[in-house]
Amino acid sequence: MQRIINNPDNLVDEMVAGFSLAHSDLIAPTANPRVLKYKAAPVPGKVGVVTGGGSGHKPAFIGYLGRNMLDAVAVGEIFSSPTAKSFYDAIKAADAGRGVAVLYGNYSGDNMNVKMARGEADDDGIVVKTVVANDDVASAPVTERHKRRGVAGEVLMWKVGGAKAALGGSLDEVIAVAQKAIDQTRSVGIGLTPCTIPAVGKPNFTIAPGTMEVGIGHHGEPGIRVEALKSADEMAKLCLDLILPDLPFAGGDEVVVLVSGLGATPVSELYVFYRKVAEILGAKNIRVVRPYVGNYFTSLEMTGVTLTLMKLDAELKALIELPADAVAFKQF
Amino acid sequence: MQYFSNAGGAVVVRRMIETIRAHKDYLGEIDGRIGDGDHGINMSKGFTLAGERIGPADGFSSSIRILSQVLLLEIGGSMGPLYGSFFKAFFKLSKDTEKITAPLFLAMLESGTAVVKELGGAEVGDKTLVDTLTPAIAAFKEALANDRSFQDALVACVKAAAAGKDSTKEMLAKIGRSARLGERSRGVLDAGAVSSFLILDAMAQQISEIMQSD
Repeated sequence: MQRIINNPDNLVDEMVAGFSLAHSDLIAPTANPRVLKYKAAPVPGKVGVVTGGGSGHKPAFIGYLGRNMLDAVAVGEIFSSPTAKSFYDAIKAADAGRGVAVLYGNYSGDNMNVKMARGEADDDGIVVKTVVANDDVASAPVTERHKRRGVAGEVLMWKVGGAKAALGGSLDEVIAVAQKAIDQTRSVGIGLTPCTIPAVGKPNFTIAPGTMEVGIGHHGEPGIRVEALKSADEMAKLCLDLILPDLPFAGGDEVVVLVSGLGATPVSELYVFYRKVAEILGAKNIRVVRPYVGNYFTSLEMTGVTLTLMKLDAELKALIELPADAVAFKQF
Repeated sequence: MQYFSNAGGAVVVRRMIETIRAHKDYLGEIDGRIGDGDHGINMSKGFTLAGERIGPADGFSSSIRILSQVLLLEIGGSMGPLYGSFFKAFFKLSKDTEKITAPLFLAMLESGTAVVKELGGAEVGDKTLVDTLTPAIAAFKEALANDRSFQDALVACVKAAAAGKDSTKEMLAKIGRSARLGERSRGVLDAGAVSSFLILDAMAQQISEIMQSD
């Protein structure tokens, strides 16, 4: 393992400290060192939008703090849910009196800690409602969508929920549209090499040379099958074959496409992959309204890619198009 | 009736802390096979922090409260809230009592396990710590119903906990991160089932060593 670290136990705190220094134009620390907030939060008159999750997914989650996106984020250890206290402190940091939407991913630790934080916030009279992202088609059959993981589709959920809140939506309206966003979103990932939690020191799963894990999770959770390594074009087709029938997406649909690297894939290769995705969608008469290609939601230094599609209606389209100014999401 | 003294009971908590620290790598290794490998690190981190904060004036209740608060407020993940809530029940039920008897210990186990099940939504057979705790409590309860001593009940409890822990090996995980593995989760022990066994075993051993009678 060759990494740019000091004591691995201090990695998250040192990362948060560096992040705060680098992006002081947009974000601010809070009394809890594991909670960062948008500098202007709580924004008067606006529903607060909060998320949180384990570290190691940069730029998720704190990279989406900013104008018209997230107001506060709870930061966990590498690949481990933030504490209930941190979620609670994030809720408080975002609350401007109109309630707080906690939009997070479907993992057992996050579910428990958000549940406990929500209980605490209720005692304070802060109204908290949640949407649990479950966009990963590989993690359970469509008949058991409630069991699916939240992956890169969370970025689009935050974009839509954050935009609705910024436009003055009520808590119920923000929750309803964030839920619609994730319901209309499907993702899948392919992993080519494993990743190592620095404090563990060695990868806790393997991907044999010459093979790839189709449907891999954001923490290296095994996918649906191991296959021989394919070309970029074949990977793009394979991902679309898993995603398109699941919603389903059909000719005439308008979509957002988000291609994210998993941490160690050269961005140039993501564009090779996207080129084929766009070609296939074009042939199917599925119109890409807005593509996002880059490292949006990673898994330490895993090599691989995730593909996310969101089917748009007029409301989602308008919210996606609203400008945003977050650390890792600038759209003007 | 057998009991252990609350005032002198910090050693029970310290014994748990030593055990978890000693098994840090083992727990990480088990977790790594079907989880993300951080169970040993996170547990050890929380238990170690608690160990540093337990002072000479602390008894069983105040020590277990320190452990509970560290896990709840500073550890996160799944095990922070689960074990934090589990130990909080021990604190709540014992805080006003000097002599901790077998019926009280049973009530603490039952209350802690009920909170764990409620929070995590796991039942027996889901391949979690509930598979260790549930039969352990049943065995403890049965021993008491048969007029066995606190000491005997602890022995029965640990034996059932060990069997419960081992039963997770052939189970299909239905909850938590390993549930995503489906059939691939078979053949490996659940890390939470193992850590909860280690905790019960450490408590039972230490309680037996400081047991008194009146």
